[in-house]
Amino acid sequence: MSTEEIRAALADIVNEVAGIPADDVQLDKSFSDDLDVDSLSMVEVVVEAEEKFGVTIPDDEVKNLKTVGDAVAFIERNRAA
Amino acid sequence: MSALNVETGPAHAAILGVGAYRPSRLVPNADVVDAIDSSDEWIQQRSGIRTRRFADESETVISMAVGASRGAVESAGIDMRQIDCVIVATVSHLLQTPSAATAIAHELGTDQAAAFDISAACAGFCHGVALANDMVRGGSARYALVIGVEKLSDITDPTDRGTAFIFADGAGAVVIGPSETPGIGPVVWGSDGEHYDHIRTPDLSDLVASDQPHMPYLSMKGSEVFRWASFAMAKVAQQALDRAGITVDQLNCFVPHQANNRITDTMARAMKLPPTVRIARDIIDAGNTSAASVPMALHRMIEEGDARSGDTALLIAFGAGLSYAAQVVVVP
Repeated sequence: MSTEEIRAALADIVNEVAGIPADDVQLDKSFSDDLDVDSLSMVEVVVEAEEKFGVTIPDDEVKNLKTVGDAVAFIERNRAA
Repeated sequence: MSALNVETGPAHAAILGVGAYRPSRLVPNADVVDAIDSSDEWIQQRSGIRTRRFADESETVISMAVGASRGAVESAGIDMRQIDCVIVATVSHLLQTPSAATAIAHELGTDQAAAFDISAACAGFCHGVALANDMVRGGSARYALVIGVEKLSDITDPTDRGTAFIFADGAGAVVIGPSETPGIGPVVWGSDGEHYDHIRTPDLSDLVASDQPHMPYLSMKGSEVFRWASFAMAKVAQQALDRAGITVDQLNCFVPHQANNRITDTMARAMKLPPTVRIARDIIDAGNTSAASVPMALHRMIEEGDARSGDTALLIAFGAGLSYAAQVVVVP
């Protein structure tokens, strides 16, 4: 999957969990400040993303995923080739 | 060597009656927001809670449990003296010993029933249902009273943004006794002690040695608990259905621990519960009452006609430990 494909798939998850338009979910956007995704919704996004992308995102890592770009980069790094 | 006599009980046990006690002080979000610099809207959005109830000075763990128990015994249609075992699930009976159960059994006027507390936090009530079911069927009790009771307002830090708006007080109880037909399905239970610190109170010896002694306040790692409760517990709930041989389409009521309405929503979605399943939402005006929440919510569903006699209800409770238990029951 390309970076853009991962971003788009993640955007669909954010849309499904938090009702945010998928087009707003861009790499430079902060989940909490720009997209208004609260910490509980973020947990739901993370769990859905684990399933979708086949990665493990530990509790300790979640707080480091501040922007959509952080999450996409983490998924790219940890995704099975 | 002579063989010992053994006893067995009836083939089946069931919940025969349900009672609840709701304490007198109604506490809306407006009364808790100042200490945590929050708002009614934020609390509702995070948890679904609008109001909760706190005990007043005259309402104790013992008195609330007694109130709920009288209701349960009355609705079971038996005499208090027939209760031969009292099991109490609580984290807010603030005596290391003796148990709350012996005082409750005495106050109720049982005939010297066996009485003990169990320590399984928010999951305690469903642990108690599993124990009582096995005790009745095994012949060691005829009518067991299982009580969940909490006065969490005593051990909640009003300035803790993670817990102050969540926890509340109340009691719920059920009578479990013999039945012609199966009324309590197999329990699915377990623990995950790797996360022992996710929800806990402080070590009392540290508190006593502290310069600023205070009540043993509960603390909680909210996001971590939310993830475990919403997703891992949905799988446990599904296992309890499978073990009982019930599909989601055959299920009438879902009564999860009233931890947070968003946990309930996420679990229901993960389990793909159809809209025909009626879901307990007692938390909206009762808050999270830990061990008391499942019987309180079940009692309310019965009172309001959402749970009818003969309905199947999936109970699941989970919390500190981490510990969990789930079973399908038939509504009395």
